[in-house]
Amino acid sequence: MANYSSSEFRSGLKVMLDGDPCIMLENESVKPGKGQAFNRVKLRNLSTGRVWERTFKSSESLEAADVMEYDMEYLYTDGEFWHFMMTDGSFEQHGADEKAVGDCIKWLKEQDQYTVTLYNGAPLSVTPPNFVELEVTETDPGLKGDTAQGGTKPATFSSGATINVPLFINIGEVLRVDTRTGEYVSRAKS
Amino acid sequence: MASTSTLWQPSCSIEMLKSRAELYAQVRAFFCARRVIEVETPLLSVSTATDPQLESVGASLKTGFGLEGKPYFLNTSPEFPMKRLLAAESGAIYQICKTFRNGESSRRHNPEFSMLEWYRPGFSLHQLMVEMTELISAVLEPVDITKMSYQSAFKHYLDIDPFDVDIDSLAKLARSLTDYQGPEMTRDDYLNLLLCVCIEPHLGIDDGDMLSPVFLYDYPPSQASLANVYQNDDGIEVAQRFELYIRGLELANGYFELTDVAEHGRRFDEDNHARKELGLPTIPIDQNFLAALESGLPICSGVALGLDRLLMVKENTNAIADVLAFPIDRA
Repeated sequence: MANYSSSEFRSGLKVMLDGDPCIMLENESVKPGKGQAFNRVKLRNLSTGRVWERTFKSSESLEAADVMEYDMEYLYTDGEFWHFMMTDGSFEQHGADEKAVGDCIKWLKEQDQYTVTLYNGAPLSVTPPNFVELEVTETDPGLKGDTAQGGTKPATFSSGATINVPLFINIGEVLRVDTRTGEYVSRAKS
Repeated sequence: MASTSTLWQPSCSIEMLKSRAELYAQVRAFFCARRVIEVETPLLSVSTATDPQLESVGASLKTGFGLEGKPYFLNTSPEFPMKRLLAAESGAIYQICKTFRNGESSRRHNPEFSMLEWYRPGFSLHQLMVEMTELISAVLEPVDITKMSYQSAFKHYLDIDPFDVDIDSLAKLARSLTDYQGPEMTRDDYLNLLLCVCIEPHLGIDDGDMLSPVFLYDYPPSQASLANVYQNDDGIEVAQRFELYIRGLELANGYFELTDVAEHGRRFDEDNHARKELGLPTIPIDQNFLAALESGLPICSGVALGLDRLLMVKENTNAIADVLAFPIDRA
């Protein structure tokens, strides 16, 4: 892979650091009135999710990471791997392990699209879309007429996620959920 | 993604253009009232700064019809020609001009920027700091002067003595506080790293709604550049240099100027030696400047102030692109 010199550092750049693929979140050049310039870089380790700040001097460079993001459709799980299929017409399939699926596991619904990050050709992480629509499989019975009050109750979805929903929601309803916050948005439009 | 480019438009507002014009008018009125003469010196020169950390922008110039182009440099500051004017007994002078620094581009840097540089024959470094405070008070808002020596800043913020700490402890501290894991660096590099990351962000932070600029002064002799070096009251050799900070932003760099011609030669040679070590081209020494020193530079203090950054403070923004009509990506 190519090398990036510190002058090419920018947010979004994917680089290898300490043997792990990382993405740059922020890059700030700092320079004293006289003297050596440095780059203060905020990075997220794509394997561990850890975010930290590191400093490079202006002549340092980093190896590019072979990391690519693809839209893929979730197919099924065999208990060990969660299988996804490319949506580019190639029908190429990739099995992501539990670590790669991570927190996304609770938002998975068959035939929905997810962003799968491949590192050296293998799934490294799976990101859900910002909004998903899921069916409620478990919740207390809905309270009719209680649509205006702010009360909530827990509801569990077909995917396994449990979130707080308004009191009027019933089992079997399909809800729109913001995966970034884990919050109820609305009933899905049918 | 926009299909029609908007890069032809200025990146700052029209109000910002007016604010800059007002700032320049105030600066000129300030110096006019003090009988400091506005001067102009060439942006193009056969020589340039030797500092290994400064890269000049080169130009090929034909000085006559049919002649071959000769290598020239765009100035990194107007320091050398202004000192030639001082040696020619100009008296107090100031200049507002563009300066160029190759490769310096960031949220707070543009490779081409505006500088206000002025020289005061007979002024001590501390007298110049007072005048700088009066200028800030005239163009921004009335401010009180806060001075902090380089040594006391390191003691206060990092609990180390920058003149006394051994290189191993210094390197260890800098690496742990900044997560720098690159190759070993010089003592000055580690000090600069700590200054930039751990000290600068605390300097000149507003006191309520009031600006509270801070001067750092008396730098390590190894960071003297062209400032005079002397022994302070504690018996430590320090460079008579200051930097001005407002809201963590470095705005100005001033010297009690070195006048000794032999010492100039020694520092230029040291810079060019360091350039060779770093694999950088050496810089031809400015012979006109040396000759001017030979003839005699008056005892004086001088300072260079970044005008774009001053405007950033005035307009309360932290991005240089907000105050430039056309930053380098639109130039």
